[in-house]
Amino acid sequence: MKKKIITKNSEWTIELLKKYEREIANIAEQYQLDTYKAQIEIITAEQMIDAYAAIGMPISYHHWSYGKQFLTIEKSYKRGSMGLAYEIVINSNPCIVYLLEENTMAMQILVLAHAAFGHNSFFKGNYLFQHWTSADAIIDYLIFAKKYISQCEERYGIDTVEETLDACHTLINHGVDRYHRAPAISLQEEKARQTEREEYLQSQINALWRTIPKSKKKSKDIEKRFPEEPEENLLYFLEKNAPLLEAWQREIARIVRKIAQYFYPQRQTKIMNEGWATFWHYTIINDLFEKKLINEPFMVELLHHHTNVIYQPPFNHPHYNGLNPYTLGFSIFKDLRRICEQPTEEDKHWFPDLVNSNWIKTLDFAMKNFKDESFIAQFLSPKVIRDLKLFSLLDDDQKSEMEISAIHNDEGYQHIRNTLAQQYDLCNIDPNIQAYNVDRRGDRTLTLRYYQSNQRPLAENAKEVLKHLYKLWGFPVKLETINTDGNVTSTDVCPPAPAASTSNPPK
Amino acid sequence: MPRFIDRRPQSRHKSAVNRQRFLRRFKKQIKMAVSNAVNNRSITDIENGEKITIPTKDIREPHFNFGAGGKQEIILPGNQHFIVGDKVKRSPIDLDKNKNNASNTGTGEDEFDFQISTEEFLELFFDDLELPNLIKTHIMKNNTQKLIRTGFTIQGTPSNINIIRSFRSAIGRRLGIRGVLTKRIKSLEEELKKSLDNKDEEQIIKLKKEIKHFKKRLLHIPFIDPFDLRYNNRVRQPRPTAQAVMFCIMDVSGSMDEIKKDIAKRFFILLYLFLKRNYESIELVFIRHHTSAKEVSEQEFFYSKETGGTVVSSALELMRDIITYRYPTSEWNIYGAQASDGDNWNNDSPRCRDILMHDIMPYVQYFAYVEIMPRQHQSLWEVYKTVKEASKNFAMQPIHHVKDIYPVLKSLFNRQHPAIPLTTEKL
Repeated sequence: MKKKIITKNSEWTIELLKKYEREIANIAEQYQLDTYKAQIEIITAEQMIDAYAAIGMPISYHHWSYGKQFLTIEKSYKRGSMGLAYEIVINSNPCIVYLLEENTMAMQILVLAHAAFGHNSFFKGNYLFQHWTSADAIIDYLIFAKKYISQCEERYGIDTVEETLDACHTLINHGVDRYHRAPAISLQEEKARQTEREEYLQSQINALWRTIPKSKKKSKDIEKRFPEEPEENLLYFLEKNAPLLEAWQREIARIVRKIAQYFYPQRQTKIMNEGWATFWHYTIINDLFEKKLINEPFMVELLHHHTNVIYQPPFNHPHYNGLNPYTLGFSIFKDLRRICEQPTEEDKHWFPDLVNSNWIKTLDFAMKNFKDESFIAQFLSPKVIRDLKLFSLLDDDQKSEMEISAIHNDEGYQHIRNTLAQQYDLCNIDPNIQAYNVDRRGDRTLTLRYYQSNQRPLAENAKEVLKHLYKLWGFPVKLETINTDGNVTSTDVCPPAPAASTSNPPK
Repeated sequence: MPRFIDRRPQSRHKSAVNRQRFLRRFKKQIKMAVSNAVNNRSITDIENGEKITIPTKDIREPHFNFGAGGKQEIILPGNQHFIVGDKVKRSPIDLDKNKNNASNTGTGEDEFDFQISTEEFLELFFDDLELPNLIKTHIMKNNTQKLIRTGFTIQGTPSNINIIRSFRSAIGRRLGIRGVLTKRIKSLEEELKKSLDNKDEEQIIKLKKEIKHFKKRLLHIPFIDPFDLRYNNRVRQPRPTAQAVMFCIMDVSGSMDEIKKDIAKRFFILLYLFLKRNYESIELVFIRHHTSAKEVSEQEFFYSKETGGTVVSSALELMRDIITYRYPTSEWNIYGAQASDGDNWNNDSPRCRDILMHDIMPYVQYFAYVEIMPRQHQSLWEVYKTVKEASKNFAMQPIHHVKDIYPVLKSLFNRQHPAIPLTTEKL
C-alpha cells in the first residue's frame, strides 16, 4: 500500500495528531518500543508554566516555593528570555504527555515521537524506574498528598504546615533511599530469633563469672550508637525518630520523601532519558520522511529543531551552560547503533561484545539496565569523545593553577570516560551526609556526619539547613565533617552552643 | 490507541494559590517595596501594579550543597588547543555551571523581582490604613455603573421574573384563546340544535364529536405558559459623574519632617482614590505654605523643603482665590484636604476660622483637616473645632499613625446614596 503525505498544513488538529500518532506507533512497533498507554493532553502556555512550576507534577500541594517558581518562569517567558518546553511528560500509567498548543504540526509530530514514545518507553523499561517508582499509583498518591496537606492546613494553620514543609524541602535531596530496606521480619521469625538469642546467652552465661576486670575504656566503646549504622536518608530518619514531631508532621515528611523518591530515578538518568527520547524522535522522523508521510518543508523544520536541541556550545562560549544532556545522550545512543551496524577497528577493540550485534536489542539492553553514571562508564566511545572534543580539567585548590589532565587521544579516552561517569554519580552531586549519632543519655543532640571526599567543603548555606533540621528534630543538631584521613572536625551546631557548655550535663 | 484530551479550556490559574502563598510568605518584604513605591509615586498614579523586588537571599531554599574549593575534575566540551599538562589560570568565569551552584531562581541574581496587580498593590497599600473591608471593595471596585430598571422583557433569568406581569399576560392569553373556542362551541351547539330538530343522525354524531373535541381543548388551555413570562429589565447605566477638584494643603515649615509628609501623602492618596470612584475627572491643586502660600507641582509639594514660621491663613486665602477664579461651584465639586502639624501663628488662627466659615465651607463638598503627630493642640485646633461644630462637612483628626487616617474620611465614605451631591443637580 502506497502511503501519502498526511498534511502539508502547519496548523495541527486533533484528527491529524491521531493519524500521525498511529503512524508513529507503527514505526515504534517495528523497533519494539514497549510503552505505557499514553494520555496526550494539549495545554496552553500558561498551563505549561504551571506544570513547570510544580516540578512537572500534574497535581501538587500548595506551597510558596511553587509560586516563586511560577513567577520566575512567567517573568522570563514574558520577557522573551526563555522559550517554553514543547512538551512535558509524566512518569505515570497511563503516561501523561503535555503538548503545547503553540507548536506547529511538524513540532507536534516531533514531540509525540520524543515524549509519547521515547520518554514513555524509557519510564517503562529502565530498571531504576521499575525499582523505585510505581507509575500506576503516583497520580493517586499525589491526590492523597494534596488532600492531606490541605486538611492539615485547615486544622493546624497554613503557617505551621508551611514551616514543616519548608524544613522537609531542605532535605529533599537527602530524603531518598538508595537501597531497599530489609522487610520487617514477621512475628514467627522474631520469635525464632529470640529463642536463638536466649540459647546463645545461656551458653555464654559463664562470662558472668569472669574475674578479669573490664577496662573502663572498653565499656564506653560497647555503648551502642543510635542509629547503629549511619542513616543516609535524613528525612526518613527524622520521620521515624524525631522525638517531638506530631503525627501529621511525620506524614508530611513522608510525603515529601515519597515524592523525592519518585523523582530520584529521573535525577539519575537525565542523560539517558533525554538521549533515548532524542534518539527515537530522530529515528522516527527519518522513517516518516522515508515513508513519505511528511514532506520536505516539515522535515527541514524538524531537523532545524533537532539540531537546536542537540547543540553543544564549546566551554568558552558565552552560552555554555554545562554539558547538554540531549547532546551527550543522543551521541552515545547514536554511536551505539553505529558500533553495531558499521563497526571500525577501534570499536572491535573497545566494544568486542557489541560489534555486529542486533542494534535494537543492544540499545534496549543499554536503556533498561543502566543509569547515567554506569551508562557513560560502559558506552561512551572514543568517537563520541572525539566528536565532542571532550577534555578533562583538574581543579585542585592546593595548586595555583588548574591543569588539563586528559584530552581526546588514546591515552585520554579511558580517563575522560571514568571522570565523566563520576561527574554524574549522585554522590558527587549531593554531599554525602548521614545521621550518625544521637546523644540519648544527654541532651539528645543529633550528630550528622559529612563524609568528605576530595577535600570539597560544604556550601555556606549548610547553616540554614541545620536551622530547619533543628525545627524538625527539636533538639540541638550538630554537623561534623570527617575527611579522607578519618579526622573528625565539628563544622556547625544549631542552635549555636554557649561558650561554656559541656556535652554531658551532670546526672 | 492513546487518549487525546484538549486541556486548554480547563484549569486555568492553577498556580494562583501558590502565587498567593508566595505573596503571603514575603508580605513583609513586599509591603516594604509597596511602601517605597507609594513614596516615589504621584498621587494620581497610585492605581497601577508594581514591580516588586526582594532580595534573593531572603527567598532562597537552602540545601546541603558543595561549596567552592577542594579537588575537582570536570569534563568540558569543545577543546581547541589544549594538550595534556597545560596549565590554566583560574578564570573568574565559573566553568562548572552545570553543577549545584546554579541557584534555585535560575538566574543567580541578587534580586528577585516580579509584578503584582493593581488590586494586590492597593490591598497592600490599604493594609496599614486599616480600612474596613467594605470601603476597600468600594474603592477598589472599578465599576461605576449602575443598574437601572427599564420596563419588562420577554427574556431573562428566573430571578428576574415579574409575577404580576406574567400572570396578567397569562390571563389575557387564556381569555383570548377561550373566547375563540367558546364562540365556536356556541355556534356548533346551535347547529346541533338544528340537526336535532331535523333528525339528521349523521350530522348529529359529527357535531357532537366536534363539540366534545372543542370542550376538551378548552380544558387544555394552560394556566401559565412560557410565552406569558415577563422579566424585569435592568440596564447598566454609567453613574452620573461630574468633575471635582481636590485641594491639597500642606504645611511645609521646618517642623514637617519626612515621616509626617509621608503620612500626609497617604492621607491625600486615600481621598484621591475615593474621589476617583465618584468623579469622571479630578483636578488636583497643591498648595503649600509656611508664612506665605504658593501653588506648586506635586513634585515640589512633597519633596522640597523649606523652613520658617507658619501662617495657615495664607494657604486658605490662596485656596479661596483659586476657587473664585478657576473653579466656579456651578461646574466643580470642591474638596479640601489640609495636613499640618498644628503649628500656627497664634494671631492668625481666628482669621483662618473666618476664611473657612465664610469663604470656603459654603462652597466645598468636604473639608478634611489632619494634624500629624502634634506635640499638643494649639490655637488652630481650637478654632477648627468651632468650624466643625458649625458645618457638617468638616472633619478633623489628630494622626499618630497611618491607621488613624481612615476615621477622618469616615463620614465621607459613610454617606449613603447619593454619595455626593452633584453639581449637575445644583443647577
